[in-house]
Amino acid sequence: MVFCKNSVMRWVSRSTMAVAFCAVAAGLAGKAQAATELTVYTAVEAEDLKTYAKAFEKEYPDIKIKWVRDSTGIVTAKLLAEKENPKADVVWGLAATSLMLLKAEGMTEPYAPKGVEMLDKKFVDGANPPHWTGMDAWIASVCYNTVEAKKNNLPVPTSWKDLTNPVYKGHVAMPNPNSSGTGFLDVSSWLQMFGEEGGWQFMDALHENIAWYTHSGSKPCKQAAAGEVPIGISFAFRGAKSKAQGAPLEIILPSEGVGWDMEATAIVKGTKKLDAAKKLVDFTITKGANVMYNKGYAVVAYPGVAKPVKFFPAGITEAMIKNDFEWAAVNRKRILTEWQKRYDSKSEPK
Amino acid sequence: MSGAATAAAAAPGARIKPRMGRDDWIMRGAMVAIGLFLVLGVLLPLYTMMSKSLEDSDGAFVGLANYVEYFSTPALFYSIYNSLWISVLSTVIVLVTAFIYGYALTRTCMPFKGFFRMVTLVPLLTPSLLGGISLVYWFGNQGVAKELLLGESIYGPIGIVIGSSYWVFPHALMIVITALAVTDARLYEAAEALRASKVRTFFTVTLPGAKYGLISAAFVIFTLVFTDFGVPKVIGGSYNMLATDIYKQVIGQQNFQMGAVVSVVLLIPAVLAFAVDRLVQRKQVALLSARAVPLVPTPEPVRDWSMFAFCSVVAAIIICMLGMAQYAALVTFWPYNLELSLNNYNFDVMDGGGWEAYFNSIRMSLYTAAAGTLIIFFGAYLMEKGRGFQGGRTAFHMAAIVPLAVPGMVLGLSYIFFFNSPHNPLNGIYGTMLILVLVTVVHFYTVSHLTAVTALKQMDAEFESVSASLKAPFYRTFLRVTVPVCMPAILDISMYLFLNAMTTVSAVVFLYSSDTTLASVAVLNMDDAGDIAPAAAMAMMIAYTCAGARLLHALLTRGLARTTQAWRRR
Amino acid sequence: MPMDGTAAAPAYLRITDVTKMFGDFTALKDVSLEVNEGEFVCFLGPSGCGKTTLLRAIAGLDIQTAGKVEQAGADISALPPAERDFGIVFQSYALFPNMTVRRNVAYGLENTKMAKADIEKRVTELLELVGLPDQGDKYPAQLSGGQQQRVALARALAMSPGLLLLDEPLSALDAKVRVHLRAEIKDLQQRIGVTTIMVTHDQEEALTMADRIVVMNQGVIEQVGTPQDIYGRPATAFVADFIGTMNFVPGSVIADGRVSVGGTELTVDTEGRAPGTVVTVAIRPEDVAVHDADMSSENAFEVTVQHMEFLGSFYRAEIGSGAFADHVVQADFSVNLVRRNDLKVGGTTRVSFPPAFIRLFTGDVR
Repeated sequence: MVFCKNSVMRWVSRSTMAVAFCAVAAGLAGKAQAATELTVYTAVEAEDLKTYAKAFEKEYPDIKIKWVRDSTGIVTAKLLAEKENPKADVVWGLAATSLMLLKAEGMTEPYAPKGVEMLDKKFVDGANPPHWTGMDAWIASVCYNTVEAKKNNLPVPTSWKDLTNPVYKGHVAMPNPNSSGTGFLDVSSWLQMFGEEGGWQFMDALHENIAWYTHSGSKPCKQAAAGEVPIGISFAFRGAKSKAQGAPLEIILPSEGVGWDMEATAIVKGTKKLDAAKKLVDFTITKGANVMYNKGYAVVAYPGVAKPVKFFPAGITEAMIKNDFEWAAVNRKRILTEWQKRYDSKSEPK
Repeated sequence: MSGAATAAAAAPGARIKPRMGRDDWIMRGAMVAIGLFLVLGVLLPLYTMMSKSLEDSDGAFVGLANYVEYFSTPALFYSIYNSLWISVLSTVIVLVTAFIYGYALTRTCMPFKGFFRMVTLVPLLTPSLLGGISLVYWFGNQGVAKELLLGESIYGPIGIVIGSSYWVFPHALMIVITALAVTDARLYEAAEALRASKVRTFFTVTLPGAKYGLISAAFVIFTLVFTDFGVPKVIGGSYNMLATDIYKQVIGQQNFQMGAVVSVVLLIPAVLAFAVDRLVQRKQVALLSARAVPLVPTPEPVRDWSMFAFCSVVAAIIICMLGMAQYAALVTFWPYNLELSLNNYNFDVMDGGGWEAYFNSIRMSLYTAAAGTLIIFFGAYLMEKGRGFQGGRTAFHMAAIVPLAVPGMVLGLSYIFFFNSPHNPLNGIYGTMLILVLVTVVHFYTVSHLTAVTALKQMDAEFESVSASLKAPFYRTFLRVTVPVCMPAILDISMYLFLNAMTTVSAVVFLYSSDTTLASVAVLNMDDAGDIAPAAAMAMMIAYTCAGARLLHALLTRGLARTTQAWRRR
Repeated sequence: MPMDGTAAAPAYLRITDVTKMFGDFTALKDVSLEVNEGEFVCFLGPSGCGKTTLLRAIAGLDIQTAGKVEQAGADISALPPAERDFGIVFQSYALFPNMTVRRNVAYGLENTKMAKADIEKRVTELLELVGLPDQGDKYPAQLSGGQQQRVALARALAMSPGLLLLDEPLSALDAKVRVHLRAEIKDLQQRIGVTTIMVTHDQEEALTMADRIVVMNQGVIEQVGTPQDIYGRPATAFVADFIGTMNFVPGSVIADGRVSVGGTELTVDTEGRAPGTVVTVAIRPEDVAVHDADMSSENAFEVTVQHMEFLGSFYRAEIGSGAFADHVVQADFSVNLVRRNDLKVGGTTRVSFPPAFIRLFTGDVR
């Protein structure tokens, strides 16, 4: 079978495709010569991408950014799938745990961007030169729709454990950790906070109350904002934005503490546009870039930049748990497999 | 000439090997080229996909291990049951509704028939996702008519069945109308003369006469629902179906092997339904060949007005689905700020590619309509009007029929396997507009091909012989006679391709890149990110564009009919 | 114009041992034929006899499986149609619907290096030739069937082809138009002298138009000859039966020149058949002669009129007599004759079978 298939493929590639190939190759060759174009994979919120690209391209007009955006899990899986034949030049704005995974797979290019010493040490990879640099922290939160909660007589939850109260049955949405970075940081934080066994027990109980697991990390909060579900487990930044749009939301920081992850940046090993990629990474750690990140994220890598973000819950920095990224990265695959086995039947199609 | 003379000088009775003229070379060459296009566009990708389902993630052959894993994972194989159940239920609902509706349109004197016919075209102008989105606003937790569900959730089987029924309805109705339109009035006169009751006539004349049409419609509905991905994706909640499983495996988990396995599982019933339908249709052709006297319905107030009531309800549902999508798109912040605004049209700050996606879609659809019409019509012409080369022509026809049996999801996934392989010299087209056009042309090849063949068959079979005797090269006759005469069919084909390219999600969802985002996929992605109102807004943009295109098509067709009426009159 | 193929001039079109297979079905079996320059030949036969297949092989539209086709001395057996020299007219006219009559006629000419003005001149000429000088700017759909077929004819003649092929050109027309047009086509053909082959299943058409008729049946040629030959001296029972009406009565040779039919002896040329040979005696209804009482001619007998069918200018009567057992023979009696002899059903009269008009076929061929 294998032999047969290979021989067919060989035959195909040699004869039938040759003609069409020439035509396509000719077309592509003509296209490649424009200004340098960097393919940048990202999980940053779509509405911010234009701003980021504009700021960068203003400074480096000869480099253009071509965004490929999806949820954290998807971008991670995509990068892993393309390991042999990487399509991305730079990853800008992906969970640090994911970048650690890529680093372990030997897929990141070590590079110390200009001015890296200015960043908070927490936000820089320990290796020298570092493989990744952080941008900001994104922090789990619970979006609570006051109007819908009142209609359903739902009390305000104050802790993660509260959410396992049967009164919330069918009223909670959360992201699927397989596709969503937010979902994963929730799961990994619960496993760290409650211990491995306690964590799964908590999730078993929570699962009983879950209305649906969503593909993206922002959707539970957007749905809570729109009242489709009263409670959405999401992240603080998304909640603040929806609240700013006028949604009757309360952003709750559960008392046990909240999981968080960094958005970070790295160069993909093997890129043919290394110079341009370095320029981009240089830009991503500048003070200016960090001011930009601060529009949505209360905690950023460049010390002293962060100003309070409107509608962000107070005390969020204190609520952030001591996150063991290395542990999360190393155990990511195992956690996700276990999660899928236990809960995937309630997952929204994706 | 000398060669031919030598051959003929051999013993009489020796086989004559017809010498190919320049036209024959060009025509056969072109047909082989289009045939290869089909081989590259359908057969090789499908083959690659099937072989992937027998491999592990590193490409090693593992036999049926993936299938074993599939059938030992309840969450996965339950989807087969779900898909079958939803499809059968939708088929029953749609078939009954379409039959009554079609009956009202063809066999009664119900008023406003033109309006009722037009309304049913609406779902054809929208991606299947739109129905799902509308349902969220009607029956979701914040839906305006949520109470009608008596506490049941719209997210799940109920939503999938309603949403699916909405978008497959026109497809079924068209077949039913065709089946009901061809009847013989003499049968009804005979029944009346024999004093058969209305009911008895219905069951002994009407139903049997439309039998094959109904069977065909049933298979079409079943296949469309079974393989559709848009509706269950939006409104399915946690109810898994096969088409969404493929998506989940491939996009959600990048588990391509399992995606391939689910694809094969999805492909089998689709192919079966397709094969049965082709057999049934062959029978129907035999039935139609009889000369019939057309039936002219006579007024019958009770029947006509009850049909009017029924059709009004169906039409109202269709209009409500569309209207709600438009309303939701204009509401600033559902349900808390019902002020109308255009905020949701600010696609550039959403997932999915923004306005660029919309314009990409228009570009892609235009390319598809142009390239597809050219390739498909020319291919059908070569197949239908070529001289000799019978084997090649039969093979070509078979290849042109295959795409109809292949669900879009399966085709799209096959393209990933085939074109994204670094060993494929064509992998340069992966991630470009070209692959989107290619997959869309291939996905909608068969219906266009059959339309072209029908039009070509209606032309005098001897045009080619005459022009050969007049020493005119075939392409001259093709351009000066065939194309002008078949222009209405050519316009129909390009319209069909354009509409489908605008609204399709399933085949392209695996193949778009950040440069080539599409409006229909943007609807999906915005919905995925929770931006349902903008998703509705984009879906409505697609609907308006398609409606505009249809209008243009109607004007062109009418203009063409006027300018060519001197010679088209028969 | 050589009429019998015996002239010394080489044939313009020579077909040798042509066989055409469609899968396992043999549509033409070793057909050989010669057509002389300027001749009008009809292929006549029932549907499925292979006449159209032969025409299409000559045109190169469906090339024969085996055998040779030569035109003007060149072997064209394997050539594609575009490399042959013929004009063709089909039953369906096959006029290009989106072009005016003039453009249809000019279609072939526009491929040549002919000057535009010359093309227009030639088109005008051709339209005059077919009697449609004023219809040039109309579309085919605006013309009657007969007019359309004339346009098709003009188009086929435009390139002055060496061979004109007509595939059932009149079959789609009304009876009256058909009669009119067949005279016109024949006239036109004689004026321009183009070698013409016409396929038809209508014997009247063949008899009135052809110089020679090729009668075909089941993929073989039954007989080639002038209309008079074919009608008067059919070579086979098939030809005799297919063309016109023929009475067939079984009998056997008694002696040279004598045949017994149901006990009655007839004088007829037995063409050397041995006594005892089973034969079929054939005579056309119109050749049955009615005699007055003083009959002394050969092959005369008393018959009873069993049935009479009025057909306008004559009656077709069924006559029987003990003379040839229970066989019934059809005979045509002119209205005049019927009146004069007061023939009626049940009456008797005396008829004779003139020996010159009797044909014998070996065996019982009915």
